[in-house]
Formats: sequence, C-alpha cells, structure tokens
Amino acid sequence: MTTEAGSETEVKKGSEQLGPDKGKDKPEEESETPENQKSREASSEEAQDSSSAPAPTSQSSPSSQKKEKVSPESKGISRFLPPWLKKQKSYTLAEPKDETKKRTTEEEQVVEESERQTPEGVAQPKKSLEEAGAENQRNAKADDKEKHSVPSPETQPAKEDGKEMEVEKVATGKEETQEEKEKRETKEVQTAEIKTEIIPQKSPKKIKTVQCKVMLLDGTEYTCDLEKRAKGQVLFDKVCEHLNLLEKDYFGLLFYENSEQKNWLDSSKEIKRQIRSLPWIFTFNVKFYPPDPSQLTEDITRYFLCLQLRQDIASGRLPCSFVTHALLGSYTLQAELGDHDPEEHRSDYISEFQFAPNQTQEMEEKVAELHKTHRGLTPAQADSQFLENAKRLSMYGVDLHHAKDSEGVDIMLGVCANGLLIYKDRLRINRFAWPKILKISYKRSNFYIKVRPAELEQFESTIGFKLPNHRAAKRLWKVCVEHHTFFRLVSPEQPPKAKFLTLGSKFRYSGRTQAQTRQASNLIDRPAPYFERTSSKRVSRSLDGAPMGISDQGLLRDFPATGGQTAGDKIIDIEAAGQAKLKEGGREDDGSPVKTPQLELTQDGKTNSLRVDGENIYVRHSNLMLEDLDKTQDDLLKHQASISELKRNFMESTPEPRPNEWEKRRITPLSLQTQGSSHETLNIVEEKKQAEVEIEDTLVVDETNKGKMQVATDAGETCKVEHLSKKDSSSLPSDSSSSSSSSESEDEEVGEYQPHHRAIEEVIREEQEEEDDMKRKEHEEKTQRVEAIPEGSKLKVPVEHTQVTAENLVQENAVTIATEEKNLSEEIKQDLGEEKEEEQLKLNGDVSHVDIDVAPQIICCSEPPVVKTEMVTISDATQRTEISTKEVPIVQTETKTITYESPQFDGSAGGNAGVLLSAQTITSESISTTTTTHITKMVKGGVSETRIEKRIVITGDADIDHDEALAQAIKEAKEQHPDMSVTRVVVHKETELAEEDEK
Amino acid sequence: MAGLGGGPAAFGRCTHAVVRALPESLCRQALRRAAGPEVDYARAEREHQLYVGVLRGKLGLQVLELPADESLPDCAFVEDMAVVCEETALLTRPGAPSRRKEVEAMKRVLESLNLNIVEMVDENATLDGGDVLFTGREFFVGLSRRTNQRGAEILADTFKDYAVSTVPVHDSLHLKSFCSMAGPNLIAIGSSEAAQKALKTMQQMSDHRYDKLTVPDDAAANCIYLNIPSKGHVLLHRAPEEYPESAKVFEKLKDHMLIPIANTELEKVDGSLTCCSVLINKTAVL
Repeated sequence: MTTEAGSETEVKKGSEQLGPDKGKDKPEEESETPENQKSREASSEEAQDSSSAPAPTSQSSPSSQKKEKVSPESKGISRFLPPWLKKQKSYTLAEPKDETKKRTTEEEQVVEESERQTPEGVAQPKKSLEEAGAENQRNAKADDKEKHSVPSPETQPAKEDGKEMEVEKVATGKEETQEEKEKRETKEVQTAEIKTEIIPQKSPKKIKTVQCKVMLLDGTEYTCDLEKRAKGQVLFDKVCEHLNLLEKDYFGLLFYENSEQKNWLDSSKEIKRQIRSLPWIFTFNVKFYPPDPSQLTEDITRYFLCLQLRQDIASGRLPCSFVTHALLGSYTLQAELGDHDPEEHRSDYISEFQFAPNQTQEMEEKVAELHKTHRGLTPAQADSQFLENAKRLSMYGVDLHHAKDSEGVDIMLGVCANGLLIYKDRLRINRFAWPKILKISYKRSNFYIKVRPAELEQFESTIGFKLPNHRAAKRLWKVCVEHHTFFRLVSPEQPPKAKFLTLGSKFRYSGRTQAQTRQASNLIDRPAPYFERTSSKRVSRSLDGAPMGISDQGLLRDFPATGGQTAGDKIIDIEAAGQAKLKEGGREDDGSPVKTPQLELTQDGKTNSLRVDGENIYVRHSNLMLEDLDKTQDDLLKHQASISELKRNFMESTPEPRPNEWEKRRITPLSLQTQGSSHETLNIVEEKKQAEVEIEDTLVVDETNKGKMQVATDAGETCKVEHLSKKDSSSLPSDSSSSSSSSESEDEEVGEYQPHHRAIEEVIREEQEEEDDMKRKEHEEKTQRVEAIPEGSKLKVPVEHTQVTAENLVQENAVTIATEEKNLSEEIKQDLGEEKEEEQLKLNGDVSHVDIDVAPQIICCSEPPVVKTEMVTISDATQRTEISTKEVPIVQTETKTITYESPQFDGSAGGNAGVLLSAQTITSESISTTTTTHITKMVKGGVSETRIEKRIVITGDADIDHDEALAQAIKEAKEQHPDMSVTRVVVHKETELAEEDEK
Repeated sequence: MAGLGGGPAAFGRCTHAVVRALPESLCRQALRRAAGPEVDYARAEREHQLYVGVLRGKLGLQVLELPADESLPDCAFVEDMAVVCEETALLTRPGAPSRRKEVEAMKRVLESLNLNIVEMVDENATLDGGDVLFTGREFFVGLSRRTNQRGAEILADTFKDYAVSTVPVHDSLHLKSFCSMAGPNLIAIGSSEAAQKALKTMQQMSDHRYDKLTVPDDAAANCIYLNIPSKGHVLLHRAPEEYPESAKVFEKLKDHMLIPIANTELEKVDGSLTCCSVLINKTAVL
C-alpha cells in the first residue's frame, strides 16, 4: 500500500470518521481531553511532517521494536506471529495509561486477550454480572487504548509515524466513501452528531496493521497493509483503486472458510470480525453479474467481468455446450491476441489458454477456426461479444447453494438477479421470482421463503429448505438479501433499527443497487483507462494445471505463510474446539471449529441463570425444525397482535416464523445508528438478562407441551454447548458495544428479510392516505424505494401500493428519508388541479395476442415440480386484526401484487440527476374507479422528462375481468400520451375471499 | 456465427426436415391413448403428403423422407426420436418400448447431416421428443408417461447452455399435445385446465416472459412455427374445418404467413403436427 502525504484536513477527517467507533469511550477519559487534544494536534502536525517518509510498516517497526517486551503468555501465541506484528502487540501493552498501569500486567493481558478474541466469540472469563459489566468497561477501554494508545507528550516521533499511517488510511477510505457513496451519507449524518462529542476524546492511536492479500481476476496478487480494525470497504476501495475500476458495485471480495464455503466480505463491517481466525486472504470476484453487460459504462468493467466468466467457464461453474465453449474461447483469443496471425499463431498457440474444464483437441481446433472469423474485432468488441453470448447461458450469474428439500432430497438453490431457482440435478424444478417472495428467513440450518399465495390459493406458504449447516443457511440468506436489494430496489433498505424487540440478523445490503450504480456510472467522465489484457493470458495458463486454483483452491494451504498473524487466534480456537467436541460428541456438523468453542466461553461470562435459559432456548429451537411450525401458538399471537406489533412485522425484521416471547426479547442492540455509549450497552445487557429470565417460563411451557426434546435427551452438557452457539451473539454486545452489530450478525441464529415492505392490507391504507398528503408523500417515497420504481421511467400506470407505515416509524426514519430525498432528488409533490378519468371496464372477450396476464409471479400450482412445501397458515385472525385497526369493515381478503416492468426502463435511469420542474397530483373518482394521476416534470441534462404515474383503483365485483380492465387502462394511458411509453405497471389485487373466482 | 443459436432472433430458422412415411400398420397397431374410430389410411396419407409438400414445396426445406417400416406402426412420428438444437442432436430413448427401434433410422439420417449426435444410453431414462418444448431460450420437458426425470436430465446435460425445466403432464400424451411455439416469443396453449396449469408452471419456471396465444382446442395449440428467410414468420396450424374456433385465433396473427393443415386421421392415434417432423437448422458448415 502507498501512504500518500495527507493534508491536515484529511487527517482530521480520518479521525473524525473513526469517531463513531469510539462512541463508547469512557467518560473518565474526558478528563484527559485537553491533553489528548494537544497531543492529537501535535501528532497531526507530525503526521504532516513525516508524511513524506517511506513505507508505513517500516516506520512503525523500529519504535515498537524498542519497546518489545513479550510476556510469557503472549509468547505462546506470538510464536505464530510474524515478527512485526509481535512487536506491535507488545508495544501496546507496554504503553498503558495511568489507571491501567495499576492493573497487573496479567490482567491487562487477559483484557486484551478477551478483547481480541471477542470477535471470534471467545468470551471473557467467568464473572458475576456486575463484574462482567465492569469488565466491559475495561474491555472497551483497553480496546480503545489499543487502537489509539495515548502517547505521553514526549512521545517519540517514530510512534507518531505509526499513527499517521493509520489516520491517513482511514482518510483515504473516507474520501472514497464520500465522493462515491450516496447511500453512505445517511450514515454519515448520524455519525456527525456523535462526532462532536467524541473528537475531544480522540487520542492519537497506535496502529495495528495487517497484511492483506487479494487474488485478482487476472491471476495476480495484490498486497496491502490494513489497519487491523479496518472495515471491508477500505480494502475493497483499495483494490478497486489498484484496478482502476470505477463501476465497482458489481464486484466484491471473497474469503474462503474452506475450498467450498465462500463468504462475501461485508464492506460495512470490520474485516477482522468477519474473517475471524482465517488468513487475510481475499479473492476479488464479480458479486452481481449484470444481466446486460452491454449497459456497463466502461470497457474495463466488462474486461473484469470477462475474466470472471472465463474462470467460471474454465472451472465448470458456468456450464456450456461444446459450441459455446468454442465460440467464447475464440472471442477470448481475439481479445487477448488480436487478429489471427497464421505466422505467429501456430497450431499450439491455443493450448496455453483454457476454455473449458475438459478441453479437447477438437475444441481447440474449433476455437482456432472461429478465431479466424473475428478478424478486425478490437479487444473491447471481442469482450462485448463474449459477454453477449455468455449472458445467455442459463447459469449465468446464478449462485448455487447445496440444500435439501423438506423430504431430504438433494437440491440446489440458485440465487440470481431475478429470484431464487431450485434445481434438482441439472433440472430446474422451481423458481421463485423476487416479486413472489414475501420474506426470506433462516433459522439454524434451515432456510425459509414465504411466498405469495398462488392465484387460487388463500394463504401464503412458507417453504423450508435444509442447508448443510447454520452458516450455510445464513450465507444463502445474505446472498438473497443482497441480490434482491441490488437488482430489485432503487436504493438499499436501511438496516432494521436497534429495537429491543427485534431478533436476528440486522444484515442488509449496504452498497449501491444496480439502479444507483448505473446512475453513478452515467456520470463517469474519464477517458477510457488503459489496461493490460495480456495478464489474463497468465490466468488462463495457470488455470491449465488447476482450474479454479485462483479462487477455489489452495487458499488455505497458503495460510501459514501469509496469514501468520492470525495463527495465534487460531490455536486458541482449536483448543477450545477440542473441548467443545468432547462435550458435544461431535454432533455439530457445522465444520467450523471457530464457532462452537466461543460459545462455551461466552457462556462462562454470563450468570448462571442465563445459562439455564440457554438450555431451554436450545430445546425450543430444536422444536422449530421444518415440520414444526405450531399454528396454535401462532394464531394466538396473531390474535394478540397489537398495532405496534404489526408495524414491527412489516417494518423490521421481526422473526416471522414464530415471534414468541423468547424471540421478541432476545435483544440485540444495534449497529449502524447506535454506536452506543457504554452506558447504553450496559442497559441493554441488563434488559437482556431480564428478558431471558422471563423466557424460562415460556420455555417450560413449551417443553411440556411438546415433549419433544430430542436433543435434550442427550447429555445436558451437549445441550449447553449447542445452545451456546446461539448465545454468543447476544453476549457479544456486552463485550464491546461498538462491535456488537458486526459480531452479532456473524453469529445470530436467525435472520429475516422481507423483500416487500408493502403489507397485505395496503389498499385499505389508501383512503387514509388521501386525506393526509404529507403522509402520503412519505409513503410514496418509501413505496418507491421498496418497489424499485425506476427513476427514469417515463409513464407509469401503477395501481399503486402504499406501505402500511406507522407514524412513529416514519419519524424514526425521518433523517434517512430526508437524506435520501436530497440524494435521489425525490420529487416534491403538490396537489394541483383535478381531472376526471373514467376507466372502462370492458370485456374484450377475444384472446389477445400479447396476453397481459403472462405474469412472472404466477404460482405453479401443480404438485410435482414444486418443492414440497409446508403451509404456514396465516390466520384469518391476523387479517381481521389488521383491518379493524384501519376501521374498515371486516372483509376477508386476498391480495396480490403483480409488477410488470418494461425492460427498457432500466436503460433510462438517471432521473435522480435531473432538476425538478414541476409536479402535480390529480385525483378523480367515479363509481368504480379512483384515478390518481401524478405528473412530474424533470429536466435532466437539457432534456426534459415527464413522468406520469397513475394510480387507478378499480372497484367492482368478481365478474370484472381485471386483466381486461388493466389492459384497457394501459391502452388509455397510451392513447392519452401517445408520445410516451409505459414502463411499469404495478397491479395490486385485493379480492374478497368469498368470491374467489377472479380468473 | 452467433452463439446460442443466434439468440431469439434466429428462432424458427430451419433448413432441413426429417419425416417418415406412414406404414399401413399404423391404422390398427399404432399406440393410442383411447380407442376410437379407425384411421383412414388413404386419407392419412393424403394429409401427410400435403404436410410434406408444404415443407418441401412451399417453404423450400430440404426434406429427408425416411421409408415407412411396417414393423414400426408409430414410425411416422419422428419427432419423438430426436431433439435437435443447433448443431447438436439428442437421440432419445422413447418411453414406449415398441418404439425404440425407430431411433435407428433417425440416427442414420442425422449422422448424414453431420450433427453432433448424443445418444441416450441410460436404461433408466426415457424421453419422447414430443415432451420437449424448446422456446429459443430454454427447454421445457414434460414429465409424462413417456418421459421421465432421468431423460430430462440427460437432455439438460446435452444442451448445457439452456435452462431445462420440468413440467408435469398428466392428462395428455405429451407436453406438446397442448402447446407449442407459435412465434419467437409466443407460446400457443390450449384452453383445457391441464394445459393452463402447465403453462402456469412454465411461466413460473422461466426468467423470461413469453406471450401466449390461447386457443380453445388443445390439439390445435400444437402448431409449427418456422422462420423462413424469404417468407418471414410462417405458421402451420390445424385447419379451420377441424378446429374453427382455434383457427380464428391463429388468423389474428397478422405478421404470420398462415398455412392450415389438416391432421384428422393421425390425430386419432394421438399424432399432432409437430410429431411428424424433426426440424433442423444447418448453418454453413464451419
């Protein structure tokens, strides 16, 4: 890595950005503030002075070397550490603050140890709760100190060098973030508030850097040093910078747990907490395969996509036929070698490339033959041709996961831009498009999707799949969340708020969506960057011997050499794992030794009563297997559901399969927004304890009722260990609040994600909404976000949905919304005139050629191709409750939302960049229809763009052919605006259940 | 050359057709799902000749006509013997044991066309071409009495570029007994409940949105779409005398050159329009 000379402002920015991380810094430190401030200033100056100094690593080493003082305990670990890291560590220990000095060295080590291990879940020593609290504080403090140990005034310059290095790094990251991440600004606003309080406390810190290795798509390796606590984004930005890649949102960094299990590095979280004890080795890969690569802005982006696909193809991950192999291979040759040259390209020039997993002579001949036909294509054109063909492959962009259906049959789940695909062997046996999926969740090793009712079905169904282990289930869930957000939403959803009553992963995709990245790409204004293509030849060569070697193999083998600094952690884990295994009898099939052990230790840090709870919880969980969704309890809960509960249900990821008492109370303090103070953390911890005590009752009932404690019949110890694995997430917050979010989401047992925030009873909401325009704006805005309405779309005929949004929730989101409004130039809406429009509900009778009801969401109601499903009854009670809260006559309804999008809207993104000219909303009503027309005029790049959204509510009895009515509405819209095109149609049907014959 | 069949634009391109003459044994011995009136051989032959005549004369295809084999009463239904997509031909293992020998003649003729031939050797696999609907973007394979999962898997292995989705078929002989492609992006579908259900399955399984052309009669939904360079969209469909209501629907396809063809006799033994030919698009030999 290169440390550029940082300006003073940069340095400050950097420290500010770190601020939130320190949100829980001790109040005691405030007394030191002046000193800190001083030294901070001093160091800033020095940072500037020394910024011209060479490589950062070498800077920090000399000073720390002097201070080296390896304690016996750390010696054991440090055997495995590279020398430079060892030094740093001991350096930290040797620089305690005054109060800390009072503690024995041993204690410090313990503290640091636990701090360091916390991310891996290895818990603190067993203590009373009170002590644990104190421990927390100390921990956090030590933590704090470790990060920026406060140097005494006479700090040696060399030390400052070290600090400067970190600060500058951060500054770089921040700069990137600011200029590139619209989305991020939201967070930054929040950050800012905390910032002010924190800056004074800011103390120059000691940097711990780690060497990162990133395998690039061209087979080369990129190495850089990162602050140990750096977030994924920092590394990712560095890599992209190295690659000169601007359209980076399609890409990501992978780390491998083993050759099979790959994980995406979450940009918004600390790397260390994600990779745990794994080596700091990453693979730069395509994460979201653009469905239409021709829409990428830059050739360099396409080039990297090509490289990825060549790997995918050569490794067999992306299957293709002989002919396609040959054709794609020939484009590769054209791109890499240029025109076929009979002189230069002798018979064997091809064999150094790998085009297919099993490449034959015949194929190579064919490739050569085709290569000759591409004469004249530039490398960029050849790449484009390559992509045009590759994108049509059925497995293009499909991320496969092994699973079993509820009958134990091996299947594959494929996540792609459009939804979830189910394969058995090579055959596609089912498919769930995103619009059809209401909720994605996982619990332990089970993965669930809740799908909309099929046409003639009354209830939503939940389909469960069994994954090899918990981590696999979570991985799949995350990939789904990310793909859905990236491809379906206009902007990412905010992670759920820190609510006491939420459970499960707060994970949300935090990057840009495809819509956003396309917009940003439109703004790219630089000459096409030059890049070397020949390097990919090297990839191809290396693939010869070991296809996929780059990405899928050998990473772990590399480990001792490159990832040495983490070896210490690993050793501990393994020991603990050994212990755990003794107890659990190897029952856990998870295969990751890291997880189990931590649990146990974590538990030790808690009170006894908590442990007891844990056992119960475990039992409870064991009952929540696929077959086991007990409806009675569900129904009961639904009956009791208060409005606020409903809100939560829709607005947050409350565990849906069964929000029982236990789950509701399992609090996990939050993340992004709440870089809470240690104060808060303690409260939360306390809350949690309470909550769990209560749970005991619930659980006892459960046990009695169920009498189905398979696991519990094992030795009690087993239960404990197993349960702990669940526990660790909740215990982590007490260790260090700043890290709670990341660590929590690494380990929690369940996660949930609702692709569609619109609720079942949206339509009902509409009436209310009309009264309150302000509210409506907010709703609409949200709705848009959720529904991925393209910014650039020109005419809309949506039968619009609104979200059931509770006021207080809206308020909570206020900051966010405001920011987004700015960023995305959401239109300001005004009520203007009125206009009458009548919707004719005509029956055309005849079969139309282009039949509109070819909707993607239509369910497969035939049994055999459907993966066996469990029906989760969404009780009538729910609906009744919901409706009554809206003061609408009780009508049992079935609702359905269908979205039709014309493909071209994708291309015309960019409304955000425009200037709003005018906006008006017109509402008209007739007997059977209510039409709301919303017209927005925007000027974008000199071109004015008018967007009309119509919301037509058609009310009528069942004999109305809604499809026809819709067709009519579209037709009319077209006639009224002949110069515009319909880009999106959203249909929301609500049918009274009694008359179930809409089709 | 464009890969993947040149994409949807090239869908329906066709240079060759393989057909097979009707054996007289067809009248009495051909497999049929339900007893019914006997096939009038003379009339069946006339209809078949008209069919071949259209392919050869009107559309200018190179028609390779295999001789009838009296020992194989169903041999005229060549579609079931092979699935040809681009340069690759999968020789099937028909679900009806009595028909397996029919593959041999098909193999010979396809070899003569220099196609990459894949044979279905797995003894557990069965597949009738009539259960295979290729849309230009993907395959749908009907799981019927004649076609099983294993057969579909082998098809998926053979045509790796394409998604292969399975569709259960219960009440009819084949998937294509009630549907077919009527255009590059247009699925003709019968109105029966089974047909509509199958269509829904296909729609759900597909990433792509097809237009549909719903015709009142299931049997009429089996038509042959061709894209002939000099003629554009060509559609062979059942004659108005047979299915007047369905014919009216076809007549709404303004861009298509419509050629009504009667198939009354072969229909008695479950024969449909697509059954009687294997269409091949031989691009310039590379």
